[in-house]
Amino acid sequence: MTAMRDTSSILPLRVENLVFEAGGRRLVDGLDFRLERGGTTVLLGPNGAGKSLIMRLCHGLVAPTAGVVRWALPGGRRGATKAHAMVFQKPVMLRRSVFANLTHALAAAGVGFGERRRRAAVALDHFHLSHLADRPARVLSGGEQQRVAIARAWALDAAVFFFDEPTSQLDPAATREIEETIALLAGEGRTIVMATHDLGQARRLADRVVFVVAGSIEEDAPAERFFATPSSPRAVAFLAGDLVV
Amino acid sequence: MDDAGILAAIGGLLDGSVAGFWPIVGLGLAVTLSAVAIAAVIGLPLGALLGVARFPGRSLAVVTVNAAMGLPPVVAGLLVFLLLSRSGPLGGLGWLFTPKAMILAQVLLVLPIVVALTRQTVEDLWCEYAEHLTSLGLVGARAVPTLLWDARFSLITALLAGFGRASAEVGAVLIVGGNILGHTRTMTTAIALETSKGDLALALALGAVLILLTLLLNAAAYGAGRIGARNAG
Repeated sequence: MTAMRDTSSILPLRVENLVFEAGGRRLVDGLDFRLERGGTTVLLGPNGAGKSLIMRLCHGLVAPTAGVVRWALPGGRRGATKAHAMVFQKPVMLRRSVFANLTHALAAAGVGFGERRRRAAVALDHFHLSHLADRPARVLSGGEQQRVAIARAWALDAAVFFFDEPTSQLDPAATREIEETIALLAGEGRTIVMATHDLGQARRLADRVVFVVAGSIEEDAPAERFFATPSSPRAVAFLAGDLVV
Repeated sequence: MDDAGILAAIGGLLDGSVAGFWPIVGLGLAVTLSAVAIAAVIGLPLGALLGVARFPGRSLAVVTVNAAMGLPPVVAGLLVFLLLSRSGPLGGLGWLFTPKAMILAQVLLVLPIVVALTRQTVEDLWCEYAEHLTSLGLVGARAVPTLLWDARFSLITALLAGFGRASAEVGAVLIVGGNILGHTRTMTTAIALETSKGDLALALALGAVLILLTLLLNAAAYGAGRIGARNAG
């Protein structure tokens, strides 16, 4: 399982003129971008900019008002299985053991009984969580729960991982663990898309920064260039620590 | 009638010197537990589906089910009586004045409780799980097994509420069962009969045993739920 998989099949992802409206407000306003295979793309921007919503639209949790989310394979599915997964700000842990949380996700993906037990065990081992296998998932610490959530997505062999502010509720030590785990995934050739409003985290992890303000992409650049020479005034202000609305 | 009379009556019931007491307890429990089991098999998935499904008229369905929790037992009994009487649509079954009719009537009483409470529990759990389960492709009916299993400790309460309703009611089983000794007499119909005969000590003793049984069952379920909930987090 540690061998690099060919993940090229569901990528690139093309997002064209993506619009989402709710309650008469336009929350995502005509987005265009393309996601190529590999690397860590950080959706950076202030709270309420629409970063989480953009990822939910891409992941298929929310249907767009207009525009298209087009994976290279329909629905981002490889065979019958959805090949992109999402890890949420507050991990959703089922009221079961850690191990059962993984096998449940695999069962939902149609993996047979013996195979899902094997893959769950491999995934827990991969993220050094085997010692927690039989613990009820909901009594784990926030950081442990988030790592279980990542292992659960990894067990599904997702090619693309969406992370929605994965460390915003964690202490620095747990945040470091999660960031190391995300870096590990990127090192395996998996494609990472992460929303954060934490500038430091974006600097540590990003290969590419998509700077989002008020539902629009303000700037889309390689991370180095974005941090060194931001081109939009709002990005300059955000990097300087000003409030951007 | 005095306290000693009641205690003597309870003693008489428990040590078997009142003939036919244990069959009454056994029948009452068998009827009620069967009704709860049938209501659970139908009501848990139905309630869960009502909790996660979105369709036109859903609010009406929810209100109807909630209102049906207050269905008077005698009315349920009357409906089943009409259904099973010789000239009724199901008269050919020959169920009237048998335990089967009593089970059917009690299912009618328990089902709305199980459906309504399951709907509420599952709807709350869905709010928490929605994004993860949707991400896994488990939406609508496909989410139901997961939600029922994860709500299992709360759902015990729903089943207990149903058991409480069925074990306490007298109107429905009296109408469709007929209170025939050794055949369809339960604790509640026996209490009604003994009271009208004036044997208040025996009626009170039966009542005490009924309350005791309910208490034991609730204690066991509560304990099991607490242990389970602690292990599941």
